[in-house]
Amino acid sequence: MSELFYDAAPNATRVAPERPKVRNYPDKPPEVTLFGTCVMDLFFPEAGLDAIRLLEREGIRVHFPQEQSCCGQPAWTSGYVKEAREVALAQLNLLDNGRPVVVPSGSCAGMFRQHYREVFADEPETLKRVEDLAERTFELTEFLLHVCQVQWQDLGEPTQIALHTSCSARREMNTHLHARQLLGKLEKVERLEHDHESECCGFGGTFSVRMPEVAGAMVQDKTRSLMDSGAVEMVTADGGCLMNINGSLEKQEVAFRGRHLASFLWERVSGEKAS
Amino acid sequence: MSARNNILNRLRTSLAGTEPRPDDFNETLVTEPWQYTPDSRIQRLRALMEAVQTEVHQLPGEQWPAKVQALLESRNLSNVLYAPGTDHGQKLAEHWQAHGARQDLVAYDRPVEAWKEELFWEVDASVTGTVGGIAATGSLVLWPDRHEPRLMSLLPPLHIALLKASEIEDNLYAIMQKQNWSAGLPTNLLLVSGPSKTADIEQVLAYGAHGPKELVVLILEDQ
Amino acid sequence: MSQRIPVTELENSFRGRASEALADSQLRTNFRTAMDSLMRKRADAFSDPDEREDLRELGNHIKARALSKLPDLLEQLETRLTKNGVKVHWAETTEEANQIVHGIIEAKKGSQVVKGKSMVSEEMEMNDYLAERHIECLESDMGEYIVQLDGEKPSHIIMPAIHKNRHQVARLFHDKLGVEETDDVNELIRIGRRTLRKKFMEADVGVSGVNFAIAETGTLLLVENEGNGRMSTTAPPVHVAVTGIEKVVENLRDVVPLVSLLTRSALGQPITTYVNLISGPRKPDELDGPEEVHLVLLDNGRTRAFADAQMRQTLNCIRCGACMNHCPVYTRVGGHTYGEVYPGPIGKIVTPHMVGLKQVPDHPSASSLCGACGEVCPVKIPIPELLQRLRQENVKSPKEHPKVKDGGAKYSRTERAVWRLWAGLNTSPTIYRLFLWGATRFGKLTPKNVGPWTQNHSAPVPARRSLHDLARDHLGSQGTKGGRS
Repeated sequence: MSELFYDAAPNATRVAPERPKVRNYPDKPPEVTLFGTCVMDLFFPEAGLDAIRLLEREGIRVHFPQEQSCCGQPAWTSGYVKEAREVALAQLNLLDNGRPVVVPSGSCAGMFRQHYREVFADEPETLKRVEDLAERTFELTEFLLHVCQVQWQDLGEPTQIALHTSCSARREMNTHLHARQLLGKLEKVERLEHDHESECCGFGGTFSVRMPEVAGAMVQDKTRSLMDSGAVEMVTADGGCLMNINGSLEKQEVAFRGRHLASFLWERVSGEKAS
Repeated sequence: MSARNNILNRLRTSLAGTEPRPDDFNETLVTEPWQYTPDSRIQRLRALMEAVQTEVHQLPGEQWPAKVQALLESRNLSNVLYAPGTDHGQKLAEHWQAHGARQDLVAYDRPVEAWKEELFWEVDASVTGTVGGIAATGSLVLWPDRHEPRLMSLLPPLHIALLKASEIEDNLYAIMQKQNWSAGLPTNLLLVSGPSKTADIEQVLAYGAHGPKELVVLILEDQ
Repeated sequence: MSQRIPVTELENSFRGRASEALADSQLRTNFRTAMDSLMRKRADAFSDPDEREDLRELGNHIKARALSKLPDLLEQLETRLTKNGVKVHWAETTEEANQIVHGIIEAKKGSQVVKGKSMVSEEMEMNDYLAERHIECLESDMGEYIVQLDGEKPSHIIMPAIHKNRHQVARLFHDKLGVEETDDVNELIRIGRRTLRKKFMEADVGVSGVNFAIAETGTLLLVENEGNGRMSTTAPPVHVAVTGIEKVVENLRDVVPLVSLLTRSALGQPITTYVNLISGPRKPDELDGPEEVHLVLLDNGRTRAFADAQMRQTLNCIRCGACMNHCPVYTRVGGHTYGEVYPGPIGKIVTPHMVGLKQVPDHPSASSLCGACGEVCPVKIPIPELLQRLRQENVKSPKEHPKVKDGGAKYSRTERAVWRLWAGLNTSPTIYRLFLWGATRFGKLTPKNVGPWTQNHSAPVPARRSLHDLARDHLGSQGTKGGRS
């Protein structure tokens, strides 16, 4: 495990890392890289495009390297370290240019910021680059809120929505706070609380296929509480959760749906129908 | 002793080349959030204990034996266990004699084996002292000894505890330091924070699981 | 609920037991209600987040310090306890521990044992061991008593009978004790009190666990609400405490934050009704208390976990149960699904060192890694990180020398090959784009049933154009280069 977290001696008794301090945000940069994530790439590409538009609207030039693929999280959480490391290294090489990286999915951003340290724990040289990447990685809502400090005019009709945040992202990245604050800037949007809001939706990557019965019970409960909230739709900034929740809703043959926060935000502030 | 040596050897092998961690115990973390003025100290202890169904009375120090008598009267109990070798035990006995109280005074003056059946089933109430109280958690500190045995605060359905107002401390750490516990503990030191209770069935709180069903604390003001 | 794999195929696995539990709506309601209430109580008990976080950090440091000098502290504890008149025993296995306990009872010609709540005695399956030798070992914690009466195992480490509601307990008492069936919880507890008090009086030996063993003073600290722990350690002539070697702390003052963390995390109480500090047997002039006190220190895999600096953190655990109370998986499937003594997130990370991964191959993967457990752990055990580590050990091939007992339980050449392909796909931009090209063009051909995913979801249909495509169109070739520019 990384020396950044723990005592230097490899077999010394460990203590937990200190509480993360409040992150210092840089001024708005002229350019960023968007890391689209594999789930968004294949299943929610329009949301990725809306994220690009939201950034461009703030006067930022967005790069989308065509060589990008996946952050490596599926292999990492499944215990396949070597495979995770290979894929992670490919992204690290690609993003190794000092440019801020914006990720429209909390758990993938968390992978860059928190878990690459563990993935490359045995490689001190790589760890320096990992630290550098961690410092300039931002989840989309965090970036819009704290770096761009967006000031928006809400051009949409009054609506009520429920917000779901990925568990790992909320715990690693505070995404629930960022998303709530961003939504708070839209004066005609009311965010409704739902029952057990902080509870996992049951995705958990390969968990949902390894333990489909338990995961199914979790997503059933989640979709029910979202629908019971009275909201007309759910928004989330995490592709995995969105795929899980929408897939379940579709299977249940109900009309209620979730969509990516980027699409929702773009629609509200541009006045255009999202792509 | 081979199990002992095997275990210790394995642990030592695993720690080879490492240093013990320093003692960075920060006492402010367990004291600062739990500090009170003398008045609020009593208020807090009362509030916390009452929240777990403890009956608390505050009274001038010399009045407690009469209060004990009244508590037994009102519950229509027929006997009370006391510790004759303690100061408060003697005071209780004197009061009983002077006022001709009708409840039997039962002295805990022989080993438990000599009267187990009676002690387990026939005693209605007990009176014990305490060596202090803790405001932060609403607790009494009991220091049983040969004069005031352990079972006195456990077996009777009603336990009446005497607590001097001046001996209520802010928090556990404070009383531990003040009384220098680490220099020598009794066979069985106890913190008691209410009557015995359980929530093992549906998390419904029920009092009187195995110990006292009722705890009455008499806070004695200085005379 | 959507269709499930037939239970018969899965009966003896985590998935099989989970399926059964999920189908039991009464069980699910019992757990959800109880866990919700425990979560609320804990949140109320830690109303100041800064205080809570400071205390968790202190708790973590105290446990880490104790572990960093564990062998020395165990020796110090032994020396102190011996000086105080307590006999200390060491056991590497649960079998050895049972033999020691049995030997103590035999020496006293004892036939009746009452037991305060002790998870280590559950590890030992002490009740069964003694019963086979014609010694009655009766649980005296109300929840444990209920569970024992029904021939079950605890489903929660703090609330053993939480899977039952009052009606189920009423029926059980009626059937086993011959009392009138009553739904009044107070009456049910009165029945238990009456029955057990007789046992406390008659018992030859009392057995208990230990929450913290204090090396400085040679003291065993026990927390409880019911008084059964005090009964078991005070009324019988002999007291035998059984505990894991990780329960030792260095100084008396160390227990101040630890007890606070324990009772607030477990039950949301500022403190338990009783905090019982035992430092020796009855002194010659004392009138009650056991004449003999024994402590059995059990290893049972703990030195194995200790050998790995990352896994050593499992030994921080103070057995509060907060991780299971907050676990979305535990809440839905209950404790019995885990099939082992310790359920929930903590069970998943401590059990493999005791019984080996082969016996619990699905434990590490039965988690969405949501992180709730790690967030509430009062001694900051990084439970999700340790689960992830166990997953690594679980899929290692024999050649990779797994470091956890019976590691490689889930090693599969096929699965490894799939991940190799996945890595190939995601490290080669050409292959990845080829894959996107195929997926977006032929996405409509996705079959309706794609394995376990479609148990709960509609089949995932890829978009017609990938984000790679959309971004290239939108940004033009300028915005598409990565790497050092």
